[in-house]
Amino acid sequence: MTIWRSLRLFKRTKALEIDVDDYLDKLAQSALAFQLAVQIYLHDGRTGEFEEKLQQVNELESSADRLRRSIEAQLYSQMLIPDSRGDVLGLLENLDSIVNVIEGTLWNFSIETPDIPADIRNDFQTLTDRAILAVEALVAASRAFFRNIELVPDHMHKVMFYEKEADKVSTKLKRTIFAMDLPLSHKAHLRYFAEQIDNIADRSEDVADRLAIYTIKRKG
Amino acid sequence: MDLTALFFLTSGLLLGWSLGANDAANVFGTAVGTRMIRFTTAAAICSCFVILGAVISGAGAAGTLGELGAIDALPGSFIVALSAAVTVYLMTKSGLPVSTTQAIVGAILGWNLFSDNPTHSGLLLKILSTWLVCPLLAAGIAILLFWLVRFYLGIAKPHLLRIDAYTRLGLILAGALGAYGLGANNIANVMGVFVPSSPFTDFTIAGAIAISSTQQLFLMGSIAIAVGVITYSERVMLTIGQGLLPLTPLAAWCAVTAHSIVLILFASRGLEHFLASRGLPTIPLVPVSSSQAVVGAVIGIGLLKGGTAIRWRTLGGIGLGWILTPLVAGVFSFIGLFFMQNVFDQPVFR
Repeated sequence: MTIWRSLRLFKRTKALEIDVDDYLDKLAQSALAFQLAVQIYLHDGRTGEFEEKLQQVNELESSADRLRRSIEAQLYSQMLIPDSRGDVLGLLENLDSIVNVIEGTLWNFSIETPDIPADIRNDFQTLTDRAILAVEALVAASRAFFRNIELVPDHMHKVMFYEKEADKVSTKLKRTIFAMDLPLSHKAHLRYFAEQIDNIADRSEDVADRLAIYTIKRKG
Repeated sequence: MDLTALFFLTSGLLLGWSLGANDAANVFGTAVGTRMIRFTTAAAICSCFVILGAVISGAGAAGTLGELGAIDALPGSFIVALSAAVTVYLMTKSGLPVSTTQAIVGAILGWNLFSDNPTHSGLLLKILSTWLVCPLLAAGIAILLFWLVRFYLGIAKPHLLRIDAYTRLGLILAGALGAYGLGANNIANVMGVFVPSSPFTDFTIAGAIAISSTQQLFLMGSIAIAVGVITYSERVMLTIGQGLLPLTPLAAWCAVTAHSIVLILFASRGLEHFLASRGLPTIPLVPVSSSQAVVGAVIGIGLLKGGTAIRWRTLGGIGLGWILTPLVAGVFSFIGLFFMQNVFDQPVFR
């Protein structure tokens, strides 16, 4: 009976592989939509187009959540090797936290509509670009973990690199903010947004650290 | 068959029970230890295949033991199997690595000595050499399998989920093969000494299927192994079986498969005929240690990965077991036979 269940598993595995790929696609797309949304905000403020992007990220987050739950349920009910199963679920849940940070940050832009002075808009854009590059490298590393584990380190070092770059830009941006002639409340508000965006890169690095351990375990 | 004859078989059944309790972990330890399959499923597969292996292919290795010492009186067989069982129990209690194979060979030599039966030195040497060849061969096969698996993964690059699904099925199949090998090869340890003095008689079912007295003995012995698997092996699987867990599931599959192939190689009459008919050197049909085959396979994979996994203590312990186990079993057997003959007044040889 166990053998028949295993044989049926091969059919379902294919569907599961597609789901995992879909999940990673949604994470990458939400990062790209975030990048565009920030670009629109910095350029034109909270426009209809910005709200459209926010809506898009929202939908991506919801469907990524549904997908993750479905993958989790399938992994548990269809008996993957428990050791790997824990790692795969851990990875998916950690990746989910990045989508959540992305969505939360965009909501904060929409609700709080921070007033970003023209002098520092480029820095905000650069910070966003670096953070999104870190997420993209993480998605590539995660895909490699499933498809070709030998390639994981090739993507992993990029996550670390872009996270460091984002930190540098964030520090510089915060120094600039606090050197500006603005009310303290405004400075604190801007710093909060810089930190929120930088947090996306930081989370990516945290997930990459975990992925590194999962990879060592698999290759061990 | 009278009750006395049945009583004399109990020492073999005890040996079978202990074999099932201990060695099933080599076969299904990883699969159960990683909770890939439930213990009940593993125990059911293991029991079925042990019985099939013993009844279908058990005669080869048992024949070799019979040549070493054809114990022709049932009380003698009882003492020989009991000495081996007691040796295995005591050495396991003392934490020393022990193999039922080595215990039974020592006990047979004790009988040879007691009954003035000449020991075929060439055959003994052949048996002793298999103790060394078995782990080495397992290491070689495991290295080859691991290399092939790595090569396949490098070329085909299957999805991680697919690899896991294959590994899962692979471990179940390797376990079934291992259980068959264990039955085929190790039934000789359990029931081999009873073959010349078997209390059973041959019969045929519906005039078509002939069941020999040896097969009846092996069926009984393998049921004892199955009872050992069902009643006691879960604990061993969750402790000793986890010795394999530091390996990746794929490496564990290679180790279990290599172990299973080795056990079957040392029990396969078909392969012996095939090699002999082509003038090639044959593999002696000798009961070998399942645990030592696994240790050999794990060390082989360790070597391929860079050689840091060799535990010299384990190897030293195995080497010590090669000397100590037969010696202790031989002494027990000699003393036991003396008591059986002179105190209980039972013939231990003819």
